[in-house]
Amino acid sequence: MTAPASDPKHASRGPGAAFIFKKALISALVALVLFSLMIGIRTEAGPTGQLIYWTRFGDLAAMVATVFFGSIVVELLRLWWGPVGTVRIVPPQLQSGLAVARRAIAPVLLIFTFLVPVIFYDQRYILDLGILVLTYVMLGWGLNVVVGLAGLLDLGYVAFYAVGAYSYALLATNFGLSFWICLPLAGILAALWGVMLGFPVLRLRGDYLAIVTLAFGEIIRLVIINWQSLTGGPNGVSGIPRPTLFGIPLTPGDDGLAARLGIEFSPTHRIVFLFYLILALALLTNWVTIRLRRLPIGRAWEALREDEVACRALGINITTTKLTAFATGAMFGGFAGAFFATRQGFISPESFTFQESALVLAIVVLGGMGSQLGVALAALAMIGGFELFRGLDQFRMLVFGIAMVLLMIWRPRGLIGHRAPTVFLRHSQAISSDLVKEGHG
Amino acid sequence: MSGDIILAVDRLSMRFGGIVAVNELSFEAERRKITALIGPNGAGKTTVFNCITGFYKPSGGCMRLTHDDGRHIQLERLNDFRISKQAKVARTFQNIRLFPGMTALENLMVAQHNALMLASGLTFLGLIGAPSWRTAEKRAIDLATRWLTRIGLLDRADDAAGNLPYGDQRRLEIARAMCTEPALLCLDEPAAGLNARESAALSELLLSIRDDNGVSILLIEHDMSVVMEISDHVVVMDYGVKIAEGSPQQVRDDPKVIAAYLGTDEEEAIAVMESGT
Repeated sequence: MTAPASDPKHASRGPGAAFIFKKALISALVALVLFSLMIGIRTEAGPTGQLIYWTRFGDLAAMVATVFFGSIVVELLRLWWGPVGTVRIVPPQLQSGLAVARRAIAPVLLIFTFLVPVIFYDQRYILDLGILVLTYVMLGWGLNVVVGLAGLLDLGYVAFYAVGAYSYALLATNFGLSFWICLPLAGILAALWGVMLGFPVLRLRGDYLAIVTLAFGEIIRLVIINWQSLTGGPNGVSGIPRPTLFGIPLTPGDDGLAARLGIEFSPTHRIVFLFYLILALALLTNWVTIRLRRLPIGRAWEALREDEVACRALGINITTTKLTAFATGAMFGGFAGAFFATRQGFISPESFTFQESALVLAIVVLGGMGSQLGVALAALAMIGGFELFRGLDQFRMLVFGIAMVLLMIWRPRGLIGHRAPTVFLRHSQAISSDLVKEGHG
Repeated sequence: MSGDIILAVDRLSMRFGGIVAVNELSFEAERRKITALIGPNGAGKTTVFNCITGFYKPSGGCMRLTHDDGRHIQLERLNDFRISKQAKVARTFQNIRLFPGMTALENLMVAQHNALMLASGLTFLGLIGAPSWRTAEKRAIDLATRWLTRIGLLDRADDAAGNLPYGDQRRLEIARAMCTEPALLCLDEPAAGLNARESAALSELLLSIRDDNGVSILLIEHDMSVVMEISDHVVVMDYGVKIAEGSPQQVRDDPKVIAAYLGTDEEEAIAVMESGT
């Protein structure tokens, strides 16, 4: 299968066998140095406290061999699939088929998601997993506004998730406010904190911005841990009220939904309700984001990601543009946090560690920055895939890591790297990821 | 200089540490005229531009912009995006600064940000799809379409700006600046890298912007054929000071200008310097 002759990159065919061999050899050498102490020698404290050690050169050799051949396999895979820019060995028929599938994937996924509680009604595990995935889809879409559209690298997104969760938990347990009143309040409070984070970082770019946002996330967590009188510190907040269907509780009592409808109570009702609740919240996030992209504010976000200096020359207020991006992303994080609190019934600072921020950021990056569908797919792959590998026990992380590395080789700009224009005259055509900037803070 | 002045630059100075990039430069630009700022490399032309368009805060001097309605604006007191938003001064860049990942049409839509922001009720009206927003958006697309037609890029409206040929990108950047509906358009070397045919088309476009849109143009340019053809007034700078000004014809024959561009014998240079100061 040859590529069309017009392709200018045709000449830049992948590396030769010697190159692959050399690269594999270097990888194996690095592995040998690294693992000779980690695997090759095993040390332990003996019965009388002296150091005893023994060697495991067999294991070491196996490891180095794995790295050597793995490196060759990775290079060969790169040749076949190729990162963006190299020749693809995919027949055109298959490509056009893929294009059709790509268009159909979003509606099919949406319909399937709506049907999940119907299909898997008896499987509590699947429903819980679905809720978890949708929570991360929503968080991913929220962070996508900041990172994907405005190009501001935010490593402290979990802070807004925490603000939302604690807003609802504290308002509901202290003042008895209902979920539906607290939800917008949680969003507004999180947005306020988004603006507060935004102000000090207005002048920062790239790495510096990332570090400050990272610190911000940690500050929020540490304040929650140490402000015992308000937040209960490490003990968290418990007894958070469950959501009601506009005032009708989902409980087995006489005034519960089941009794009113005259059907038998089942705890699954609440799970299904939660599922549709987070689905509605996620779809709201998606709808608002898609609309915002077509409004001047959304275009200004993307323009800011492309070129900040040009924005200033066009009279765009950089300050408000950045702050609105932070506030909008934070608001969605706050909504998701409120949902998290009502779903769990109990929250503690442990749920809001840096790992969560990293996970959400990974979802956005893997999905393709700025792409709504890509983020949803990545959330499904990251959260769902992680569960899928549960049977592999301790190798789960390893398999997962390899899968992520392969994905980034295959698609360096994420699952869906191209950008769809927000307005068009004749026909909308996707913009190649090579042209779209990633933003620099 | 007589006539209606749109921009009066008075003893403008810009120092970077010990380096004086612009030293007490004064000149005026007439309304609905093309004023060219020329000079050898490193003369401080772009620094002047950056001061006028708010990217630098000048170390001294003032720049007064007079709008059609007689309103005066002191540009040195405005900063950043306000120069474009309130003073209606638009600019292009020496090294093109389009939004490469956005389409040509989107680039022109971003330029109408401030007008559209108001029309979208600071986003809220737009979010609910109010009819007033829809008509405003349609009008914005119409304006963008008109400019795309004018620069001959209507067929490529939906292409990424970064994919356009160099000459098209130059023209698109000018169209984008014009979509902010400026009173004064500052162009930093618009003809750089263009071939003779493209340069001629550019000259035509700039003349039409001056005559049909009534926009005053301030222009930095190295391409003398463009400068001589379209400028109404030329200001020559060297080492941060003005060494000559006048009509293109006057400037071309000025020995100081020739000396600045071509270099001279040492004695001659001293003679020129003495007669100049």
